[in-house]
Amino acid sequence: MASPVEQFTIKPLVPIHVAGIDLSFTNSSLMMVAAVLLPATFFWFATARRTVVPGRLQSVAEILYEFIANMIRDNVGKEGMKYFPYIFTLFVFVFLGNMIGMLPYSFTFTSHIAVTAALAVAIFIVVTIIGFAKHGTHYLRMFFPHGAPLATAPILIPIELISYLSRPFSLSVRLFANMTVGHIMLKVLAGFVVALGIVGGLMPFAVVLGITVLEFFIAALQAYVFTILTCIYLNDALNMH
Amino acid sequence: MTRPDETPGPDEIAARLAKVRARDNAGTTAGADGPQGRGQAGSGLGIGMRISIELVTTVAVGGALGYGLDVWWGSAPAAMVVCLLFGGAAGVSNAYRVVKGLDDSVGLGGAIARKETKEGNKSRGQSG
Repeated sequence: MASPVEQFTIKPLVPIHVAGIDLSFTNSSLMMVAAVLLPATFFWFATARRTVVPGRLQSVAEILYEFIANMIRDNVGKEGMKYFPYIFTLFVFVFLGNMIGMLPYSFTFTSHIAVTAALAVAIFIVVTIIGFAKHGTHYLRMFFPHGAPLATAPILIPIELISYLSRPFSLSVRLFANMTVGHIMLKVLAGFVVALGIVGGLMPFAVVLGITVLEFFIAALQAYVFTILTCIYLNDALNMH
Repeated sequence: MTRPDETPGPDEIAARLAKVRARDNAGTTAGADGPQGRGQAGSGLGIGMRISIELVTTVAVGGALGYGLDVWWGSAPAAMVVCLLFGGAAGVSNAYRVVKGLDDSVGLGGAIARKETKEGNKSRGQSG
């Protein structure tokens, strides 16, 4: 029986090697392209006939828009709407990455820390640049809590600095760990169904059914958490206190 | 989809529009109902996961930072020991932040102050 982590192997589909660097188009890249083209096509059709009373596709597009717009308004405020396109794209990309992974025979690109870390580090750098652009060196003030005695600075500043630097890591590890663990769990439990035969396999089969539903929930939840944390970090950079 | 007898009148549409506009214009900073939505976001499983990841990553980042400083200053293992301790402290303070429903922002003191003012405003709003 295949190993439970075999599903995460990256397989090159179109081998490309440029100057000794492996730039092959892999199954992971294919799914990422799908996660970009799918929503692009969807929104193209959903907004093709813009009517006051929305049709089915347009309703879905509007619900998605409202969902993210409200998230930004609640967590960042009105000035955060400038960054709506970025956050919306991020949510759709991560959400579809998680959901595409739930299809049989597909590949979950969010189960690779290289992918989630690239997203998280990009967010971290952008947010830090926004913070410095908006507040200048005053942005450094956030590493020292208001009202704390000055004597505690040598301890508090390193702690806050580390907790700031740990943001991209916790952001990427959270998404990657949730997706990887979920898929491994599904594979292992599904293996029990096969190993225990028709009678004994019923019990694990019921569990697999339940876990599959849970996985769909986690796929949506983790996309939501990833996006909302981006909003919170953005809020920090924009409205620091 | 809407049946003719369900079609909202112009007054109703105007009222809805006004409501949406008011919501769009409200709250130039983080909204009043932001943190609650955030708290629910996790559910038990989510919060547990977040805390464990927070504890692990901060220690890892602290260790990495210390290791880097040691390589730079040639002071092994002093900086790594100190930074690991700071990393642990940061992990605990982050976990505290998550549990207390404070901001995930940096600056624990600031987050507590913000929460207090927010709750103060809310209770004043309810009584007044």
